[in-house]
Amino acid sequence: MIAELGLGALWLAAALALLQLVLSALGLGKGRAELLSGVRPVAVAQAVLIALSFGSLITLFLRSDMSVLLVAMNSHSAKPWLYKFAGTWGNHEGSMLLWVTVMGLAGALVALLERTLKRETHMATLGAQAAISLGFYAFLLFASNPFARLNPAAPDGQGLNPLLQDPGLAFHPPTLYLGYVGLSVAFSFAVGALLTRTVDASFARAMRPWVLGAWVLLTIGITAGSYWAYYELGWGGWWFWDPVENASLMPWLAATALLHSVTVLATRDALRAWTIMLAVVAFSMSMVGTFLVRSGILTSVHAFAVDPERGTFILGLLAIYIGGALALFGLRVGTVREGRQFEAMSRETLLVVNNLLLTVILGVVLVGTLYPLMTEAFGHKVSVGPPYFNAVAGPIALVLMLAMVAGPLTRWRRDVPRVVGGRMLWPTGLMLGTASALAVAAWGRIGVLPFLGLVVAVGVALGSLIPLTKRNLRRTPLFTYGMVLAHLGCAVSLGGMAAESAFTAEKLVAMQPGESVEAAGWRVRFDKVMPLAGPNWVAMQADMAVSRGGDETFLHPQNRFFSDPPTNTTESAILTTWRGQLYIVLGDRLEDGRWQMRIWWKPFVTLIWLGGFMIAAGGVLTLIGRERRGWMLKVRKIRAGEWA
Amino acid sequence: MKSKHQRLILALAALVAIIAAGLLAASALKDEAAYFYVPNDVKTKGVEPGKAVRLGGMVEKGSLRHEADGVTIRFTVTDGKAQVAVTFKGIAPDLFREGSGVVAEGAFDTQGTFVASNLLAKHDERYMPREMEGMQYDETTHQMKGAPKP
Amino acid sequence: MKGRWLTWLPLAVFAALALLFVGGLLRPEGRVIESKMVGKPLPAFALPAGASDRPALASAQFAKGKPRLLNIFASWCVPCAAESPQLMALKQAGIPIDGIAIRDARGDVDRFLARYGNPYERIGLDARSSVQLDLGSSGVPETFLIGGDGRILHQHIGDLRADDVADIMDRWKAAQ
Repeated sequence: MIAELGLGALWLAAALALLQLVLSALGLGKGRAELLSGVRPVAVAQAVLIALSFGSLITLFLRSDMSVLLVAMNSHSAKPWLYKFAGTWGNHEGSMLLWVTVMGLAGALVALLERTLKRETHMATLGAQAAISLGFYAFLLFASNPFARLNPAAPDGQGLNPLLQDPGLAFHPPTLYLGYVGLSVAFSFAVGALLTRTVDASFARAMRPWVLGAWVLLTIGITAGSYWAYYELGWGGWWFWDPVENASLMPWLAATALLHSVTVLATRDALRAWTIMLAVVAFSMSMVGTFLVRSGILTSVHAFAVDPERGTFILGLLAIYIGGALALFGLRVGTVREGRQFEAMSRETLLVVNNLLLTVILGVVLVGTLYPLMTEAFGHKVSVGPPYFNAVAGPIALVLMLAMVAGPLTRWRRDVPRVVGGRMLWPTGLMLGTASALAVAAWGRIGVLPFLGLVVAVGVALGSLIPLTKRNLRRTPLFTYGMVLAHLGCAVSLGGMAAESAFTAEKLVAMQPGESVEAAGWRVRFDKVMPLAGPNWVAMQADMAVSRGGDETFLHPQNRFFSDPPTNTTESAILTTWRGQLYIVLGDRLEDGRWQMRIWWKPFVTLIWLGGFMIAAGGVLTLIGRERRGWMLKVRKIRAGEWA
Repeated sequence: MKSKHQRLILALAALVAIIAAGLLAASALKDEAAYFYVPNDVKTKGVEPGKAVRLGGMVEKGSLRHEADGVTIRFTVTDGKAQVAVTFKGIAPDLFREGSGVVAEGAFDTQGTFVASNLLAKHDERYMPREMEGMQYDETTHQMKGAPKP
Repeated sequence: MKGRWLTWLPLAVFAALALLFVGGLLRPEGRVIESKMVGKPLPAFALPAGASDRPALASAQFAKGKPRLLNIFASWCVPCAAESPQLMALKQAGIPIDGIAIRDARGDVDRFLARYGNPYERIGLDARSSVQLDLGSSGVPETFLIGGDGRILHQHIGDLRADDVADIMDRWKAAQ
């Protein structure tokens, strides 16, 4: 019954989305205002129904109802409840249902909370939002019904991909999806503003919290995903430039650019058409990413169930939305009046530089990701890996980091180059000092890119703090703290990446139980290997004792074997100290009884993810700061009105 | 007039940046994109040493040898028409074995041996490692039953 | 105005991208690992019986003048259950089907067949996947069409969907 209830609610929600689109289209197109008043209640009702539908699917998974095909394919009654719960969206159909659910809830929030936009723009935005949802509803109902029955019921399920049986990963895809949905809301705002010809600062202020929220979630998602790949794949790397990773990086790059351009539009009323363009690009990139991952037209180390048919459907949606939005952009951009002017030396200019460089990096990543597809059209099979991405995106990113220091130190509208140079004095000096010290200490031992990365990271870390100097810290607005924290996070993360690339030490050995090796100052003793059983896996686990002068610490790398479905995973053992991480992977047993071991010492590698979370936290502070200020202004206005 | 002038400079700077990035990307793609070869392609077309390529085929039965250091393996990849000798230092993927499909990433050395930096094996279901054959997992006690093979 | 064409450039770039994606979708062969065995004779094997009410299976039973289907399945595989109606339909159409159960146990196979129907004339038990590897099959389920001369004519990777049935029938008829 629950499956039928969920399916019924899904159909009803789809019907309401259609109604929402028709009401807003007729209301705006034919100028019938009475129709528009129905849009908001419909948006809220749609959210309630779709939440009910998603709740049904969660219930089916928690109850392990094996008469539902999706549950039988992706769950198992012997699985811990947390993974049954996470299994709801650990598959294609469930994740698409999660997507429309979040979209419905976001639509309800836009309907209920938005008060500053012009009414027509608001309704056009909700109409656009309904149009996007409608495509996903059609996708679910016609091509990937999550509630399909399996008759007769399966005796037991086929399990969840064991790679997904990890608390971090259970919540990683939904975080990215929430970010994608946030970008879809920004897209709807852009389409609404284009349709009603109201591209201005007030539109930017309405869109900004959604962009910020989406960007925070994408940042968390990418950071967590990177850490997951680092410890789960057991390859010692934290970013592989794999198509699936690039699929999440590209929307983030676009969202980062949008975040800065929307600030220019909200504060200075400049970059109007460009901001609209970026909002379209950011959402396109999340759709392109979803398409690349789900259609399987690019091969990836991350296992995903792929299906060309579904790829075709997503491509169809992509063509309609993005093609439609870009056509609308071409038609309407002439009506967008030119924004305010600014001088060549101004914060606006530096934010334009930021946008330009981010867009170029986005282009570089996109071309590298799609290049195998392009050459395949000419009959060559190629793969593009880290050498390309590092060599091209790396230097551009370093220049971008320098612009990031200069931006907050430059005034809006107009500044004097010499004065800006003066403010940059300390970071520049520090960078030169670091460069010479590093050159003396480690010349020839580290690569050019890690060398420059370390130098820039140090300079940016100092430079990002300068906006807090010479001002009353208690009266400094929260969003300034947010910006400083996010920029500092970039420096911290860059420092971690550069340090890891420059100073990692690796040792690959075969050891008998009882033997010891030295690796980067660590003494690693291999005691024994024992079989071990978990709830739905068995493993070979090694006992290792590691020490660096002082006391021994025990580490337990594993090879895990899941039975349902049969899969093998590597559980690396990681020892975190403030100076870095010791990372041990257990390999195969050789015929003479030795075991292969891979040992890495990675100095300051944790900074990479610490920086990522600092960036996200900075985004949260900014979001709270901006929203609180908007709310306070509103309260003040109301009071003034009462007193007048 | 002044602002027009400044905009032109900005636009030009943007153009230069984009063209520079484009050239950089094009040259890097030309050098770094790794082509996919099967052994017969290697025999007929030849691959210059040091160029990053991917080699795909089957691991020939009876060709797998372990070096004394325990972490280097040598084997032959075949596509039925030609053979290529491959050496790999590291931990081979779990599904890597003789007779199975493999994709090796790496480059040829001057002697014509393919030095793999990474091996990707074809995926397979229900797989039990050699060391644990004969053991059974007991669902009620969460313990392994039976003894592993010596 | 700096040229109207600039405002249409994004749309043009996007159209080019979409074309590229369509091209990629239309070329699926790169993604499926086809067996190198297609066109070659079936490798020799003799497997014990996989179910208690069906005879055992050996490669010698194939080269007898009539094309047959060889279905690789397992009782623990949900897509195999999903494709069982399609196999039953093929059996109804008079196509002889043999099965190889992969890494399975006879009792489990019996239960599976009782539940989802038994389209097979003979069933072999490949407990260690050795025949599966020899066939060049990379997963379950897969279905091979074996010609009357014992050659492998076609490999279908993944479960048979309802719209694959006609294609398999045509291929079987053409092989006769």
